[in-house]
Amino acid sequence: MSLQSNLASSTTQVRAYAPTADLNVVSPPSQREKVRPHTAASKRDLRTEPRPIRFLIVALALIFLTVFVVLPLVVVFASAFSRGVTAYFVALTEPEALSAIWLTLLIAAISVSLNLIFGVIAAWAISKFDFAGKTFLITLIDLPFSVSPVISGLVFVLLFGAQGFFGPWLQAHNIHILFAVPGIALATIFVTFPFVARALIPLMQEQGTQEEEAAVSLGASGLQTFFRVTLPNIKWGLLYGVLLCNARAMGEFGAVSVVSGHIRNETNTMPLLVEILYNEYQFVASFAIASLLAMLALITLVVKTILERRLDEGQMVSDD
Amino acid sequence: MTIEVKNIVKKFGDFAALDNVSLKVGDGELLALLGPSGSGKTTLLRIIAGLDWPEAGEVTIDGEDALGRGASERHVGFVFQHYALFRHMTVFENVAFGLRVQPRAIRKDEKAIRARVKELLDLVQLDWLSDRFPSQLSGGQRQRIALARALAIEPRILLLDEPFGALDAKVRKELRQWLRSLHQEIHVTSIFVTHDQEEALEVANRVVVMDKGRIEQIGTPGEVYDNPATAFVHGFIGESIVLPVDVSDGAVRLGGRPLNIAANGAAPGASKLFVRRHDMQIGPAGGGSLEGAVRRVRSFGPIQRAEVALADSEGKTVIEIDAPRDRELQAGEVISLEPRRYRIFAVHD
Repeated sequence: MSLQSNLASSTTQVRAYAPTADLNVVSPPSQREKVRPHTAASKRDLRTEPRPIRFLIVALALIFLTVFVVLPLVVVFASAFSRGVTAYFVALTEPEALSAIWLTLLIAAISVSLNLIFGVIAAWAISKFDFAGKTFLITLIDLPFSVSPVISGLVFVLLFGAQGFFGPWLQAHNIHILFAVPGIALATIFVTFPFVARALIPLMQEQGTQEEEAAVSLGASGLQTFFRVTLPNIKWGLLYGVLLCNARAMGEFGAVSVVSGHIRNETNTMPLLVEILYNEYQFVASFAIASLLAMLALITLVVKTILERRLDEGQMVSDD
Repeated sequence: MTIEVKNIVKKFGDFAALDNVSLKVGDGELLALLGPSGSGKTTLLRIIAGLDWPEAGEVTIDGEDALGRGASERHVGFVFQHYALFRHMTVFENVAFGLRVQPRAIRKDEKAIRARVKELLDLVQLDWLSDRFPSQLSGGQRQRIALARALAIEPRILLLDEPFGALDAKVRKELRQWLRSLHQEIHVTSIFVTHDQEEALEVANRVVVMDKGRIEQIGTPGEVYDNPATAFVHGFIGESIVLPVDVSDGAVRLGGRPLNIAANGAAPGASKLFVRRHDMQIGPAGGGSLEGAVRRVRSFGPIQRAEVALADSEGKTVIEIDAPRDRELQAGEVISLEPRRYRIFAVHD
């Protein structure tokens, strides 16, 4: 019986493979002859567009990129150094600039580390468990992306402002949230919430729960399973999410602008200070700060490319 | 170690994956759970392992209640269809995992762990791969590593979920024989799930045939093949010719015409006649219960397979029979057929 079924299956396999054989690979003579006259007569590569069209498409893309991405970057650095290197560093070491840099780093540290924890927990829950309201939770995670940052900031004003929901209670207890670090941190956390979760959910869903099940069946506890199996598997995706989260946290303008109150040396982050200095015609100082943010963007871009490559490698491993 | 499953019920929404399933597995047995997809065989295995929980029923391992313990406390080796090796760990670390996560009080020291892993890699004959990552191994190698990893914790029982399902035919055959000899060597009570009847019949001591969340038959490979208990088992294991017949007064009729076979105590009413392809005796025209014209003949190996259009159905019913090569059949030839061995099952629905 086994012999028969094997014979039957091997013949169907041969039949199934023959038509899909790649024409570039050595193929039966009859097939080769069919291909040759065609390419010889037309003398153009049928696998791609004609040369002029390819050239046009690439040129258009390059022009677009130059005008909208490269030129602005050049302008930022050119303006920042327009009065020389000394003026640039003097502008950056102004107390106001230092305070903004410090505040930005502080806010980024708070919001990235909290969102790292929230994001991992949310992605873990969504990808490894089944529960009612899962789709709703995924939608909710995306909410900050679909809401204008100004509205996001305004929500916190409505909640914690003097006339807001918690306002009177906060005032009575002398707790400052709006126009202070907590408010800026809250607004930034809200705006950057989706990054880590979004980077992890598809990755963790694709990896499934089998490795975790294997770990548990081998006697691992929940924590051992998370730290020895789940976390190592998602580390590149996690770094990717953290990177994008950090870039947005440092660069956020809209939401922070609404809740910050623009108190000099106290609640101005780098993006806010750029605007203020620009409005006060301090172009060198303004562009000097802007150049820091631009550099952050460039570094982010490079690291992002490296991480994406790492993620692809991980994907390839899991594919087969 | 013995396993006992009693009256297990498992539902996914309205779908009953397991419908009152009971099963006993003896010490040192190698048992196959065989059935089509959706028959509940994998669900049953996962419940025994503690990766799923039933709505009702009992599971005991060696007389001890298992449902009160989580998967990590059951000490059960589980081998997954898609291996589920830890992709970021080397082969060595994969096998060592179960030893490293043990509570500190009973954990072996590094030297003992290394010795144990070496021993297991020797057992699966893959010690030369210990520094590789799972992605660098072939499917057959991965499954052997997965097995070594499961054996590392010295499991009380070993559960294998379609262990060879993702492998190609040749490797699958080799691994089957290898698994059987490995089982003879280590003798741990094992259950493996498969939808491949050949695999079940070839490897297992006993076969449990399942369909739609129920157990249809439990028996040795010989029993389930030669004496199928239900129409489903007859149709699922081995190739069968199925003909709609009518049983009345001890006679079996096909399309109103009585066949030359005994009803063998089959209940009166609409029934199905099951005959193995090779259990049809071929004779000259006019000499048997059934008659038909040969449509097509394919010969390979020791047999010839013929498509025969039955005369009773005006050529509408075409059956495939296997005949030995000693009498060459020709297309167009009219022959008679007589079931040598057959079973009659009543039609329920």
